[in-house]
Amino acid sequence: MKPPAFTYHRPATVADALDVLAEAGADSKVLAGGQSLVPILNMRLAAPGHLVDINRLYELAGIRCEPGAVRVGALARHAEVERDGAAYAVLPLLRQATRHVAHPAIRNRGTTVGSLVHADPAAELPAVLALLSGSVLLASAAGTRSVAAADFFVGPLESALRPGELAVEAAFPIPPPRTGTAWLEISRRRGDYAVCGVGALVTLDPDGRVAVARAGYVSVGPTPVVVDLTEAVAGHPWDAADWSAAGALATAGVRPEDDIHASAAYRKHLVGVLTSRACRAAASSAFSLATSAASPAAPSGASAASSGVADA
Amino acid sequence: MHEVTLTVNGIPRTVSVPARRLLSDCLRHDLGLTGTHVGCEHGVCGACTVLIDGEPMRSCLLFAVSVDGAEVTTVEGCRAPDGRLGPVQRAFHECHGLQCGYCTPGFVTTITAYLREHPDPSEEQAREAIGGNLCRCTGYQNIVASVLRAAAIQRGDSP
Repeated sequence: MKPPAFTYHRPATVADALDVLAEAGADSKVLAGGQSLVPILNMRLAAPGHLVDINRLYELAGIRCEPGAVRVGALARHAEVERDGAAYAVLPLLRQATRHVAHPAIRNRGTTVGSLVHADPAAELPAVLALLSGSVLLASAAGTRSVAAADFFVGPLESALRPGELAVEAAFPIPPPRTGTAWLEISRRRGDYAVCGVGALVTLDPDGRVAVARAGYVSVGPTPVVVDLTEAVAGHPWDAADWSAAGALATAGVRPEDDIHASAAYRKHLVGVLTSRACRAAASSAFSLATSAASPAAPSGASAASSGVADA
Repeated sequence: MHEVTLTVNGIPRTVSVPARRLLSDCLRHDLGLTGTHVGCEHGVCGACTVLIDGEPMRSCLLFAVSVDGAEVTTVEGCRAPDGRLGPVQRAFHECHGLQCGYCTPGFVTTITAYLREHPDPSEEQAREAIGGNLCRCTGYQNIVASVLRAAAIQRGDSP
């Protein structure tokens, strides 16, 4: 298999990249990590006339932890996001989910923002962005615009990115204090696409009672699905809440379809089981975080370490 | 055509390639390094895995022009400095970690990089480390054994 011929551009600045994209328009694709794009080219499912390689746009590299959000640049590889200790300390969900993205060899090259733009409903990071109500910053020769996750994921493999636009950064909001997260998924083999994946987020009130419970889902709809589970568990102490009721509520809130990998009924079953497990783990993590934050003797690294309880 | 310079197994090489030349094909056809095998050509099988600046990546999912300037290590670069089998290759030989051998180059590069950061893996970790590489012959048992054996060789546990 050989990819179709294309004209290759390797701009040195974002401004140059935007000029090329403006000129080539819909006949161009951006090449970041290429871990989704190159297979598509190799299998000749797409034949763009121009490829704009952004791998030398070093201004888009890196991960920044700012008050309120972790900002991931368009050149940050999955592996960098997974390893980033500062991001993990404030937003453990990024690492919890990214560890499930394919295999290390793919994560070493593939980018987090590229995964968002690719908008595969079987991918982890779109669901994380949706669960956190994050956003993607898009730039074009005409200016920039920020698109909320709810508007960004339009359909399977379809995002709100327009011809001539470049996704330069994604903002993953940091949840409020006393929030724990967890990521669970079922796949045939480790690293395969999930048959069903769940990211859970639980926030406790100062008394350790559930204030908010929400989950984001992979592989159960045409776009990432987020279900608010708060009504099933609100006001109950985290360890006495009926997490299986949250699972039942989630099951009612998703409409998966049959495909070659699993029936819709099996996917619904997984949604229920994984939701209750992931929510319980997230709640436990939230409780540990709240406890360690309340204890003045706790070393500063303790909150990051204890949130690892929910890793799965 | 694009002029691309790569340092392949320590040796600077310059080639002139079309933009669509995959790194896997560049290594095999332009540089004659046929140790890198091409399996699925869409990133699933892992046979074409090489190290780019020390990190394992799929060479079938990289354009040579895009990694201009990189250090590339192929299976040919995983041998010992004296030209004999490197520790991972030796372990595969000793543990019968290969049958047809088609997938082996990707395993050798992947494991070489993995053991640098994880010199003493458990069996479960060894299994996880090779999770992104497919083998249709061995059933993986002897490849897992090879990972553990290679780690032991590198640690100098046994002759």
